[in-house]
Amino acid sequence: MSLQATTSHTVGPFFSIGLTRLAHAEIAGPGVAGERIVIEGRVLDGDGKPVPDALIELWQANSHGKYAHPEDSQEKPIEPGFKGYGRQPSDDAGKFRFTTIKPGPVPGPDGKPQAPHISVSVFARGLQRRLVTRIYFPDEAANASDFALGRVDPARRGTLIAKKAGGQPGQLEWNVILQGAGETVFFDIGL
Amino acid sequence: MAPLTGYRRPYPGTQPNHLHPTYRSSLKRAPAQPLVYLPHTLSEITGPVFGPEPADLKATDLTKQGHGDPLGKRIIVSGRVLDENGRPLRGALVEIWQANSAGRYLHRNDQHNAPLDPNFIGEGHALTDDQGRYRFVTIRPGEYPWGNHYNAWRPAHIHFSVFGPAFVTRLVTQMYFPGDALLPYDPIFNCTADEKARNRLISVFDWETTVPSHALGYKFDIVLAGRDATPMEI
Repeated sequence: MSLQATTSHTVGPFFSIGLTRLAHAEIAGPGVAGERIVIEGRVLDGDGKPVPDALIELWQANSHGKYAHPEDSQEKPIEPGFKGYGRQPSDDAGKFRFTTIKPGPVPGPDGKPQAPHISVSVFARGLQRRLVTRIYFPDEAANASDFALGRVDPARRGTLIAKKAGGQPGQLEWNVILQGAGETVFFDIGL
Repeated sequence: MAPLTGYRRPYPGTQPNHLHPTYRSSLKRAPAQPLVYLPHTLSEITGPVFGPEPADLKATDLTKQGHGDPLGKRIIVSGRVLDENGRPLRGALVEIWQANSAGRYLHRNDQHNAPLDPNFIGEGHALTDDQGRYRFVTIRPGEYPWGNHYNAWRPAHIHFSVFGPAFVTRLVTQMYFPGDALLPYDPIFNCTADEKARNRLISVFDWETTVPSHALGYKFDIVLAGRDATPMEI
């Protein structure tokens, strides 16, 4: 049997009614191993205006580079209590904030490790399908040989790499610019 | 690790583009640069796993979330979550939200001059069973005006958010009702080029799930991307 995947639609402006229940900014609770990080940013539109009704979802491996998922068969430790999933709406100023741990490297398609990264979905009114992007980390030597970054125009790679912020260790800034100058790189992974 | 198998890409025309000039909100939010093609890796073929959750009848019966019966026509919306190979997906998280029978959302930004219903919230969620099935009891949502263009009205719809087995299979969509006179005029519904794909978002009236003297039944199956037959693309 061959079916076709259902057509995507926007989350619209009122998604908080249905999607707040699972919203949480803290991806790694106390006791989870790894370097603690805070990722803060804003979602901006093509006029540079804040997008107050976006929804950000994150998906990441633990600090050992293992996903809490049955298809990750790597012999690496699982962190009890770490699911690797986060969801936050942007606020009235377009801001979002997550606290988590820096993920470890996971294998790429060629068997070589990918640079540490977090997978991101962006949903919003106006977006009939989600936008998919990644957060990479500053001062990470592995970024230079990462297969996904390698597919991106070097002039735009910086949009995928979080910046150190606030002078605090682990404090990172990463923005989503939907359109125009400094537009974030978005990936085509299917839907 | 064993070789990984990726997921199929959408059939041409069956998914909307990001920019749709008729849908005004897309104008400043759709990316101007082309997307960068990314082969699937472990990061894309894994994804959040939910459940099991404690049984919560109110989560699937949106008519039981207040102190009394909400106003409007009670309906039963049910269906299956499948992959493109027709395989039922067990444990898929389905989240829904909708307007009340008057076409008003319980949301601070909904300024439509229609009454809120103290007995209706409009949120539901369920994990699919071993056959990929879900079932919600709710109220038929009302149509409502919006600011996209002069005299713009959204057809009645229920929002669906679905997590399948992988980051790649994440889907958010809207379900419509058969015979809705507003469908031909709705820019959101009509953003998808392929007419058959578009029409699959319209639920089907269903006698089998209609409960006598109680509620009409509507069927809505959701299909998520299927597995590639061959290992990784690169």
